[in-house]
Amino acid sequence: MYEEMKKTVKVSEHEYRYIGKHGNRADAEDLVSGRQKFLDDLVMPGMLVVRVLRSPHPNAVIRSIDLSKAKALPGVIGAASYKEAPDWKCGLPNHRRVLDRQVRFVGDSVALVAAETVEIADEALKLIDVEYEVLPFVLDCEKALEPGAPQLYEEYPGNEIPKVTPFSEEPFNQIFVGDTKKGFEEAAYVNEGYMKYENMAHPLPPESPGCIAQWTSPSAVTVWYNGGAPHLQKFNTEASIPGVAVRVIACHAGGSYGSKQLIPHMILQAILMAKLTGRACKFIMDRTEHLLSYELRQGSRIRGRVGMTEDGVINAVEGMWYTDSGMSSTYAQAMTAVGLGECQAFLGKCKNWALDTKLVATNHSSQAPIRGFGGQECKSVLVPMVCTVIRKAGMDPLEVFKKNFVKAGDRYIWRDNLWWEVHSVDYTRAFEESARVFGWKDKWKGWEKPYWVSEDGRYARGVGVGVHGNADIGEDPTEGMVKLHPFGSVTLELCVGETGGAQRFAVQKMVAEVMKVPLDGVQVVDPDTHATGYDAGMIGSRGTITMGTTAVRAANDARRQLLEMAAIKLNANVEDLDTENFLVFAKSRPEVRLPWIAVCGTPEMTITGSAKYKQNFDKPNFALYLADVEVNLMTGEARLIYALEGSDVGQIIDPINIRMQAEGSFGSAGGDTGLFEEMVMDKKLGRFMTGNMIDYKWRTFNEFPPFDTVLLESEFDSEAFHALGFGEITPSPAPAAILMAVSNAIGHEITEYPCSPTVVLRAMGKIGGR
Amino acid sequence: MKEHLEQICMTVNGVPRKFVIGDGVGCVSPSETLLDTIRDRLGLTAAKRSCEHGACGCCTVIVDGDAVASCMVLTADCDGSSVTTLEGLCDPVTGELSPLQKAFADNSAFQCGFCTPGIIMSTKALLDQNPNPTEKELTEALSGNYCRCISHYQVIRTVMGFINEMKRKEA
Repeated sequence: MYEEMKKTVKVSEHEYRYIGKHGNRADAEDLVSGRQKFLDDLVMPGMLVVRVLRSPHPNAVIRSIDLSKAKALPGVIGAASYKEAPDWKCGLPNHRRVLDRQVRFVGDSVALVAAETVEIADEALKLIDVEYEVLPFVLDCEKALEPGAPQLYEEYPGNEIPKVTPFSEEPFNQIFVGDTKKGFEEAAYVNEGYMKYENMAHPLPPESPGCIAQWTSPSAVTVWYNGGAPHLQKFNTEASIPGVAVRVIACHAGGSYGSKQLIPHMILQAILMAKLTGRACKFIMDRTEHLLSYELRQGSRIRGRVGMTEDGVINAVEGMWYTDSGMSSTYAQAMTAVGLGECQAFLGKCKNWALDTKLVATNHSSQAPIRGFGGQECKSVLVPMVCTVIRKAGMDPLEVFKKNFVKAGDRYIWRDNLWWEVHSVDYTRAFEESARVFGWKDKWKGWEKPYWVSEDGRYARGVGVGVHGNADIGEDPTEGMVKLHPFGSVTLELCVGETGGAQRFAVQKMVAEVMKVPLDGVQVVDPDTHATGYDAGMIGSRGTITMGTTAVRAANDARRQLLEMAAIKLNANVEDLDTENFLVFAKSRPEVRLPWIAVCGTPEMTITGSAKYKQNFDKPNFALYLADVEVNLMTGEARLIYALEGSDVGQIIDPINIRMQAEGSFGSAGGDTGLFEEMVMDKKLGRFMTGNMIDYKWRTFNEFPPFDTVLLESEFDSEAFHALGFGEITPSPAPAAILMAVSNAIGHEITEYPCSPTVVLRAMGKIGGR
Repeated sequence: MKEHLEQICMTVNGVPRKFVIGDGVGCVSPSETLLDTIRDRLGLTAAKRSCEHGACGCCTVIVDGDAVASCMVLTADCDGSSVTTLEGLCDPVTGELSPLQKAFADNSAFQCGFCTPGIIMSTKALLDQNPNPTEKELTEALSGNYCRCISHYQVIRTVMGFINEMKRKEA
């Protein structure tokens, strides 16, 4: 089947040394030989391990707790409950205590033990005596808002988490623009929708979240962690522990998909135990903890109305978008703000909006930023709601999406609560080329119409489409430096973590391209907040534009300084000089070349180019997902038999790495949440039942269908070699596309995720109940 | 009464190793897994501690020719076994990568790389037993290896390309 895979690429006009070509990542040999160290491979002298006693109740108050027997166990160096814990809090706004007297989900932290081995720590947890006052709990986000519902936080009456964001003084949490009344009056088609995407699926990186904390002075602590946003983690932790300087070093991460970029609560717990014991403390979740106690994709629910004109322009949207944040918000308000921007990117022609939001606390594990930063959760409800009106009009959804997706000249309010005008991008060609390669026109037969039914009537096939775009690819500032060393090497001082997206390799390539030096002549420093300027990290696919632009600017700055020095030495004009392979030459006499050391005259110096990038939201990226499914109409089993992801990325940096990012749409609780992936909740007990990788369903190696990519290169207005970031959003449009495809295959509209056999048979009227 | 101490012997990456099974300090406890032994006692950290219930394959090593999840094997049961970890595929003197490892490196058949040691070891065990597998046989052999970045397609392209290259060289 893999021979059938094809890749359609419009190659950019430029011919580069490295950009657009495949090369070996600098970490390749270490990764395939086992030499690459991950967090669990690090050992510090005297290091202890931290384990957590977890709540068996979804909502309870600790009436009494006794740690004495645990502390007395040989090998236990420290233990803590809420009584010993300082009032350190994390979350947005800070509300989740490092250890609290109230526990708010099954798996919440009750006590911490630091011991010499995991086995001793686990034994000690069994010796902790706890008496709980069990409280009623609430799992449904709309029920949590009702009067009399169980309350999670005294400071948040009604379970609504305050609408604050770090992006603007006045948070962007609703869109009230134009006149929806007039918009609906002018609409030819109006329909209401109510849609839920509440799989609470788990991103499930193979390496669990973890950290090591070690105090280096009474007011300074160093943290090693396996996320990719060390500066963000640094200020996040410093906000929780006033007066303490936090140094964060990012280890190579065994996957993150957004979920490990911030692990504030775990880090506070490790820091606490390191303080109590005076030793380095390592805290890595085991897989069951990771599944049952760690952060999941947020619940998303929308209730609203959509209007569309005769010619297929969505011209009015109103409704309420509920985000179920679980027991805490790490960054959910920010995800709401970005989500509202993404709604406008999707419906770029809509002038009339009345879309409000509510962020709700409920008694299950915390929901947090996962790949897509809420975009997948948002689109998985918004796209089907918009489709209700497209269905009513009997139009082709792909054509409507194409007509409505934002392009240069359109405007939207982004997360900073400011209007932005879109520049440079137009994805019309990506829509059309993707549809052509997929064969959309042949396979789209209308709403709830299969394009193929087997002769025996047992199997039917249908297609679906989803779309997504996010302007966060230009988010947050970055500071960086490029240093030229006279004997012929280059250092890039930029805080770039590695979580799998090959971003370190991408910026290394960009600097090597500017400096015209071999790839291995450029070293990227380790991601350490003590050694680098600010950068927000590997979030929002921002790396390509923000880190890339910074690296390119800093390299150009260093190159300019080098050539200015050479111009004096050679009595030449700077414009007439160039550098290649650590040699400077006049373009008119390329055969005469001066090594950098001769230009500098001494090795006791570096030429330092520096650059800063400020955020810019004028270019959303784009992902179109086309799904082809086959359903067994007898059993309700739905299978993806082919999929295609299309985009225009401006410029490909590495063809293999970008293709894998698109193929990654299956992972990180992505496309498969449309079919089978979910955390299964026992609603009577208030606990998730899928606490291991056998009960939690995931796609195995021998179950992958043919998958194509269409990646165009239109050379957008980006200083990072005309490239835009793309990897984060590849799963975001997939679940909605799969939902549509299954609906079309079976001839009945499905309104719930995932499309499990039960859901399919229920939609077909073959079984009852909910 | 003296504790009865059982000694076991195994070969790890060609090096003979002896362990004393027991509950005393420094002994390998009867419940210690092969994964813990190779990581924590021998410092061979390529095999990853991940699910610890035999579902993800990140800890895969080759024991007597078969790919096994080392988190599900007790060290005490490995007496007389020959164990190969990812480190053992490299040249023991120069550290040079084996041809299969080189194929993975050259083709970037990984993203985060955490599952890569297990995937390479499962592939190696398959190719040792069946040097010319079909794509279906390859994906079946890798079906116990979890990868969440989704490098599956690139791994398959890489390994099938590697097999063809080996065949070409042999011809």
